[in-house]
Amino acid sequence: MADELLVVDDLKKYFPVSRGIIFKKQIGAVKAVDGVSFSLREGETLGVVGESGCGKSTMARCIMKLLDPTDGKIVFKGRDISKLSRSQMRPLRREMMMVFQDPYASLNARKRVGFIVAEGLDVHGIGTPPERKRRVRELLEVVGLNPEHYNRFPHEFSGGQRQRIGIARALAINPSLIVCDEPVSALDVSVQAQILNLLKDLQKEFGLTYVFIAHDLNVVRHISDRVMVMYLGKAVEVAGRSELYAAPKHPYTGALLSAVPIPDPDLGRQRLHLVLEGDVPNPINPPSACNFHPRCPRFHQGHCDVEDPELRSVGGNGQAAACHYPLEKWPMTAAEMRSGASGTPQSEHLEPELA
Amino acid sequence: MTALLDVRDLRTHFKTDDGVVKAVDGVDFQVESGQTVGIVGESGCGKSVTCLSIMGLNDTRNSTSTGEVLFDDENLLNIPQSRLRKLRGSEIAMIFQDPMTSLNPVHSIGRQLVETVLLHHDISKKEARARAVEALKEVGIPRAETRITDYPHQFSGGMRQRVMIAMAMINEPRLLIADEPTTALDVTTQAQILAVMQKLQADRGMAIVMITHDLGVVAETADDVVVMYAAKVVEHGSVDTIFKNPQHPYTWGLLGSLPRLHTDVERLTQIPGQPPSLLNPPQGCRFNPRCPYVMDVCKQREPELMPVTGEADHEQACFLDDEVKAREVARLKETVLAEASH
Repeated sequence: MADELLVVDDLKKYFPVSRGIIFKKQIGAVKAVDGVSFSLREGETLGVVGESGCGKSTMARCIMKLLDPTDGKIVFKGRDISKLSRSQMRPLRREMMMVFQDPYASLNARKRVGFIVAEGLDVHGIGTPPERKRRVRELLEVVGLNPEHYNRFPHEFSGGQRQRIGIARALAINPSLIVCDEPVSALDVSVQAQILNLLKDLQKEFGLTYVFIAHDLNVVRHISDRVMVMYLGKAVEVAGRSELYAAPKHPYTGALLSAVPIPDPDLGRQRLHLVLEGDVPNPINPPSACNFHPRCPRFHQGHCDVEDPELRSVGGNGQAAACHYPLEKWPMTAAEMRSGASGTPQSEHLEPELA
Repeated sequence: MTALLDVRDLRTHFKTDDGVVKAVDGVDFQVESGQTVGIVGESGCGKSVTCLSIMGLNDTRNSTSTGEVLFDDENLLNIPQSRLRKLRGSEIAMIFQDPMTSLNPVHSIGRQLVETVLLHHDISKKEARARAVEALKEVGIPRAETRITDYPHQFSGGMRQRVMIAMAMINEPRLLIADEPTTALDVTTQAQILAVMQKLQADRGMAIVMITHDLGVVAETADDVVVMYAAKVVEHGSVDTIFKNPQHPYTWGLLGSLPRLHTDVERLTQIPGQPPSLLNPPQGCRFNPRCPYVMDVCKQREPELMPVTGEADHEQACFLDDEVKAREVARLKETVLAEASH
């Protein structure tokens, strides 16, 4: 499609694990991101969820080219940027910005707010100094800060206000893509709501495209148009947000959803819990084939641990899941989830995802 | 029935270079055996200090706690340190937020568990070790016999928090204080940990004070809820009344600002502004600078915690009249609390 802003195709990022001091020998690799593909239209928000260590942040850093991907393509505005050098990247950096998780660590404590926000403008040589100053004041106002705070230092602000500074900095050079890496997880709920509203307003106003990474499923649902669920470096499910939350297809998505506490005492008590056993496996030595199989309630010996499931479309509406035995309905009890294991594998009747 | 823990007018003040910080300023609540009380509020509202005061863990050099903390009719605030040491770890136990920094990294978890047992029981090391293995099994750590010699760094975050729970539970306390026990964990691990805590509570009938900022966790685990704002209790009631008939604008704000799993809202209700500094809290009601319903009286007088008309065991501290509140609750129910229809 023509209006696709960002297409990521089979993105891989392996970190080498080596042994030895003088003669370093690679003995393995952490497959932080292992073949993730998605596309993002202009003005759309893609939410990325998953447990810690599933490769969400590494993926974000690869898209921003802060890390060089091991393999795969990143096509931004029709141009493959995965192999570009730093100098070739520089003009493109005007188009993409990032908002970081920790508003305390991501702002230079020794610089004034005005400098921090204007830095992007300086680097790209946009405008004359007075113009830049005017622009920064405008930006501070846009994100709900007082323009008079231009000369303050980051420590004079609270967490929520600092996150606003981070957002102002990202907006400064008019990017089309903003990658938000857990922008609200360090904030209190009331402040979190302020920042989420601000991000939504800015998207409407400036037509921004977001990749929004979070581990909080409620937050991701609120802000995203489509959601990608990651597990151990792979995308296990991609779907529109209403489909994903109403009818998850991958057992992992189901388990994640059922683990979210609901702020309603009645619903909370009566709902079905599918408590996942164990922890996320070690990514140096991931399980064979479907890497969710040791924790999966629908595990089929001889199939799930032998054949790697591909991301295939399930149930229409662009929903895709990487599972041989996708969930038939939702919500389902633990017993139903297990019983779905009988019968023929459904994936054989389904067309592979073509998008 | 007298409560197991009865906190009355607890005030904890810290002396700092800039003045006195009233971190807890008149907090009352009761916990009965087998009951879970959730304390919710934003960071810096005094939740953790309340618990540290109950445990007598604040530094006495720069802080003072006044009021009464009655545990089994014994005021923990003015008993000798030696008696407090006896109670801590055996009758009252605590779980901290960050399991990495609250376990000793240079000792095996077995040694730390055994130490906890030996401090309070006159038994042999071997017996203590057997108890430790038992405790680890109970919180669901696989291969407890071999893992007991492992060090904290060899466990994942969720497993470490299980070790913390095992350590807190090993002497069968009657009161467990959990300070944000699942905040550092992923949702799936959080569900596991909450399940373990609920199972242990059902088995032993202990009381739990659960501090959290996650209203979802409170809704699922607590019987009673205390909502704190700027060192004071603004609303207190059973979990059903707090979630179905909240009476304080701050509670409305908290409930409204949560993104929901099953309801679409275009914009979240946000609470404007920031929580106030406790060094210099606002005059009158402490919520008044952020409150959308602020009236003149709110800026002059401080509201007291009053019983809600028509509801037993539900208290709130707000001057708004019942009519306005009923209207707001109805509106809130229509929008964000309509999740039940799903």
